[in-house]
Amino acid sequence: MSDLNKLSLKEAILGIKENKFSSKELLNDTFSRIKELEGKIKAFVTVCEGQEGEDGKDGNDLPLLGIPMAVKDVLSTKNIRTTASSKILENYIPPYDAIVVKKLKEAGAIIIGKTNCDAFAFGASTENSGFGPTKNPWDLECVPGGSSGGSAAAVSADECIFALGTDTGGSIRQPASFCSISGLKPTYGACSRYGLLAMSSSFDTVGPMGKTVEDCEIVFNIMKGKDPKDGTSSDGDRKDKDNKDKITIGLPKEFFADGIDNEVKEAVMKAASLLGENGFDFEEVDLPHLEFAIPAYYIIVPSEISSNMARYDGIRFGYQREKFEDEVKRRVMLGTYALSAGYYDQYYTKASKVRKLIQEDFFKCFDKVDFILGPVSPHAAFKIGEKSNNPLEMYLEDILTGCVNLSGLPALALPCGFTKEGLPIGMQILGPHFSEEQIFKLGKMYQTITDWHKRKPII
Amino acid sequence: MAELTKEEIIHIARLANITLSEEEIEKFGKQLVDILSFVDNLNSVETSDVEPLANITGKKNIFREDIVGESLSQEEALSNAKSTHNSFFKIKAVFER
Repeated sequence: MSDLNKLSLKEAILGIKENKFSSKELLNDTFSRIKELEGKIKAFVTVCEGQEGEDGKDGNDLPLLGIPMAVKDVLSTKNIRTTASSKILENYIPPYDAIVVKKLKEAGAIIIGKTNCDAFAFGASTENSGFGPTKNPWDLECVPGGSSGGSAAAVSADECIFALGTDTGGSIRQPASFCSISGLKPTYGACSRYGLLAMSSSFDTVGPMGKTVEDCEIVFNIMKGKDPKDGTSSDGDRKDKDNKDKITIGLPKEFFADGIDNEVKEAVMKAASLLGENGFDFEEVDLPHLEFAIPAYYIIVPSEISSNMARYDGIRFGYQREKFEDEVKRRVMLGTYALSAGYYDQYYTKASKVRKLIQEDFFKCFDKVDFILGPVSPHAAFKIGEKSNNPLEMYLEDILTGCVNLSGLPALALPCGFTKEGLPIGMQILGPHFSEEQIFKLGKMYQTITDWHKRKPII
Repeated sequence: MAELTKEEIIHIARLANITLSEEEIEKFGKQLVDILSFVDNLNSVETSDVEPLANITGKKNIFREDIVGESLSQEEALSNAKSTHNSFFKIKAVFER
């Protein structure tokens, strides 16, 4: 067999289990693909060829035995350089693994590289990386989205079998949408953040990015769970709602308002009517405070950032603060200002109150409906350089995703079409806290009746 | 409309321990004003009866026993330090004699 790197995680697991090919062959094909494409795509900050021996595990019963995974460079990896795509950590080598990485390694997965992102995950295009932008495999002149753009591009271009990303305001879902892959932003606290280079601690989540929804579910089920090292982590306590006769999906009218591209709206509505034909009910719902989500997000998040970034003092690890990229400086200063004497109530407290109203809007929706469906991004991938000189315009990229992080909800992004120019369009399925199992079920069902997720870019 | 003087920008940068060039003071100053003006619309939301939200899943009181567990060795903990002395991080003096 050849081109084993093109397999889904499910197919790769089965192939190795049934001895159709070896993990070594799978790794070889993956590294050949990386060699072939990295000059064009630049999905990786660090490629780990030759280090796989260290991670290799015996035991045929391991669920991910010999599977090549790519890890976003904000997750600590023992003895593998972890830069957060910032020059300030260019030489940082963590002496320990993030818990999610450790769990996946123990399940048999092999780290093949660390993927590029916006520095410290601050951004929506991967252009803020200290190591240069990643290219979108569907159009090399376009951004792959961000901040987990390297992970999305690597999965989309078959440079790995699956990848890890992080999502603080859309950073798994928006690049998944721009690159036509699937990705889960888990419920806040569903996966441990121990070993994640913290950005905004009341928002940050770590999640899987894969070629199918089913692949994301396999990875999520290994990653998830309470971790004594992360006090915010939890096993979740959601009761199974599987026995309901009728599932109702809410369509927030604000997700289909002016400012969302028509092609995007049409693709998501088409997905909705297809689901309607398959027995799901639909209802229009309201998110009356959605227009305040981005303002609230860009007060609270930079505030938490300014606190989290204080650790970068050049003493224990990394370089001095003058190596910070522009967007890092900008967010640290914005947060410092919002938290400073005389402004705390005006900005931080006010935004935290609005955050409460936004979460309540979602809770009210989930009293009426089981899921919410909408676009991930107002438009398909944009050109490299198109928005990079206007930070505010880039912040507006999070309009349909940041609200989910403000509320701590889980959300699954998955492909649902293409624009006339051939760029991917993605949709997201939102559910109540800890409803991942039900969300996956709906997403998997959609992928049995559509084949958007099977299309591959011509690079 | 938010406004920031040059002195305020320098003050914020100093609080954040970030050194800015003249060019950066002007660039970031303008961008921060743009962003702050944009977030000003939060003031149009009535929130006098709303409790601020920071704990989004409602978990509280996560305790553990105070027992020594597995941790990094001293060597590992110091492995990325620029400068060490007798197993300590070595830094410039903070106080003058």
